[in-house]
Amino acid sequence: MDVRPPKSSTKRRHLISITDLERADIERILQTAEGFESVMRRDLKKVPTLRGRTVMTVFFEASTRTSSSFELAAKRLSADTISLKAAGSSVDKGESLRDTVQTLSAYDPDVIVIRHPAVGAAGMITAWTDAHVVNAGDGTHQHPTQCLLDLYTIQAALGGIEGLHVAIVGDVLHSRVARSNILGLRTMGARVTLVGPPTLIPRDAAALGAEVSHSMDALQAADVVYVLRMQRERMAPGASYVPSLSEYAAVWGVTPARVRPSQLVMHPGPINRGVEIAPEVAGSAASRIVDQVRAGLVVRMAVLYDLLAGPGKADAESALRIVSPEVVSAAGQEVA
Amino acid sequence: MERLFAAPAPPADLLIAGARVVDPGSGLDGPSLDVRIHEGVIAEIGPDLPRTEVETIDADGLVLLPGLVDPHVHLRTPGDEDEEGVASGTRAAAAGGFTAILAMPNTRPVVDTPIVLSGLVQRAGREAVVPTGFMAAITAGQEGERLAEMVALAEAGAAAFSDDGRPVERAAILRRAFQYASVTGLRLALHEEDLSLSGGADMHEGAVSAELGLEGYPSIAESVMVGRDLAIARYEGAPVHVCHVSAAESVAEIRRARELGVDVTAEVTPHHLCLTDEHVRSLDAGRAKMSPPLRAATDRAALIEALADGTLDCIGTDHAPHRGHEKEQPFAHAPNGVIGLETAFPAVYTHLVEPGLVPLAAIVERMSTGPAAAFGLPRPAIREGERASLCLWDLAANWLVQPPYASRSANCAFAGQTLRARCHLTIAAGAVAHRLIEAVAA
Repeated sequence: MDVRPPKSSTKRRHLISITDLERADIERILQTAEGFESVMRRDLKKVPTLRGRTVMTVFFEASTRTSSSFELAAKRLSADTISLKAAGSSVDKGESLRDTVQTLSAYDPDVIVIRHPAVGAAGMITAWTDAHVVNAGDGTHQHPTQCLLDLYTIQAALGGIEGLHVAIVGDVLHSRVARSNILGLRTMGARVTLVGPPTLIPRDAAALGAEVSHSMDALQAADVVYVLRMQRERMAPGASYVPSLSEYAAVWGVTPARVRPSQLVMHPGPINRGVEIAPEVAGSAASRIVDQVRAGLVVRMAVLYDLLAGPGKADAESALRIVSPEVVSAAGQEVA
Repeated sequence: MERLFAAPAPPADLLIAGARVVDPGSGLDGPSLDVRIHEGVIAEIGPDLPRTEVETIDADGLVLLPGLVDPHVHLRTPGDEDEEGVASGTRAAAAGGFTAILAMPNTRPVVDTPIVLSGLVQRAGREAVVPTGFMAAITAGQEGERLAEMVALAEAGAAAFSDDGRPVERAAILRRAFQYASVTGLRLALHEEDLSLSGGADMHEGAVSAELGLEGYPSIAESVMVGRDLAIARYEGAPVHVCHVSAAESVAEIRRARELGVDVTAEVTPHHLCLTDEHVRSLDAGRAKMSPPLRAATDRAALIEALADGTLDCIGTDHAPHRGHEKEQPFAHAPNGVIGLETAFPAVYTHLVEPGLVPLAAIVERMSTGPAAAFGLPRPAIREGERASLCLWDLAANWLVQPPYASRSANCAFAGQTLRARCHLTIAAGAVAHRLIEAVAA
């Protein structure tokens, strides 16, 4: 296929990493999301904001809540949507990521929402399309809209984020949610402690600005207990991160005895009940797991709105920070 | 026995006039000398030589160095000639000031039989613009199971033995290889990686991998193998060369082994000397993915120190061409390797010499006599009576690293950087191999 350079190389805004957003950007998006709550309470849950716009969701990796939530968010804003799942598409026939993206871009989508199993895939495609790109998860790297919906959920429940202490418990090593949340929570002024077995916490995690503990006692001091799933599908066979799931559950499972009633319990889903979290905790009054899913809808509406119709639309100066391919490649040229 | 091969080329007749000549091996660091080359041989060195009937190159303000020697190049021939060929790879070498290179045997097929090796030797005799040597595999197919026919390969012109691209996993096989190779007198060049520790990971394990979520290839995956293999080499009294050292822990192992009397030579790449794992933040596999990976700033500092004190006695590029579309994939899916022949000296000059980290004379030594001595190759020297192998540089020139390259591939670690030092002339084994500069009237 011919190389078709993007028509406009400047002023296209993307959301690839939570670090693309400064605190003011996050606050604005959360505020916009709150505004969409009223739409959700209406009889007719739809606004015409993005009429005539096209949002493509392209998922190279299985997903239930993220893909449905993006699709519904786009529909609630009256955008046209196309949803592509990698299975059964030309990707199965060996088409490269570049060719797939350039083919889809021929339909001139305004936004491409992409999930891909490889780190960096979302950032990479910004060079091959004129659309705004939203990262819906790239391997173990980033999942910025999950972070935004988690921040939204915490803010809604506790009134703010600044000064809170959040414990992130479990398989941090394989978690893009953890990477986005650590950085996002730090940006919003929260303190973060990572808790889990040493084999599932990245070496040098302290460089991310988080504290590290291998004891579940560390949960006691937290306002929010954020539980991560054991990502067995990302573990190499025979890697032996933990001796057994039962030992993991016994030592690092979030059980009723290990959380206080006043603590918020969150989980990005899907849940392995009885492994990383006890069913009683997942279903308790402290659990915000269902709220997180609901928040996903309004937050993703807010992200789409911010990219296409928000304050950044006319001039990229405000709103989401510009991440153009030029900036990405320039970053790599720095002399170490 | 001849172990470097090149296409026949007319011998140079030139007067290089007024260059600063830097050749630590010959004790030369003099401003404004003339070097007269007659029929490919350095005939005369001195101030203000007569300029009669000879093509004269005005080298005022330029620096003349002995030819550079690269002990670690992938020419991708046979099998992947669309990535690099003997002709294109040696042109890239000449453009970078190299006057001799050694090619690695991890081709398709692997260079593990005299027939494959002879084919390459013949090809170099037709196409190579700088003298090129070929390493042969240590084990058949580089599979680490049984020894390649080392004696026959040595007789066919192998320059050394290496399973580069892969470690020799089993200690017992490596031990046998050391024992058997002693008959040939050739050195084993080892790719040091404990595969159970590196786990096929994509970048250095550290703060950057923690943030990017890429699987970490820890520095100990290299150093534990360096430690193991130097212990075996010591036990067997065998000469050994450690390829592309990247980790501070490996440097410590090499230093210790040399103190214990092991005949160990060791190489470091320009990209490990000049860049760190911060470079991987671009997630551009074309510039930032290779094995071993770019490591932390502390590792880089240890490498520079070891280069300066001679623990690392060679700079080798590990020039590793790859197809553009294969590098244009998400980081984890793209192949390892970067090209480096054309940028090796400029990168090292820009990042190490100009900031005052390593003196120019030491760099010249590690890029010329160091690798030549390690592999028993002719040592380029700017001395009367020597066949001319030298390179002429404008150290003040700034140039942006970008395509087109002389190499057939474009996956350059320094792409997009502005580097100092441009090679204006390379004379390899007496013949002009690369030339940007025009002659002045005689």
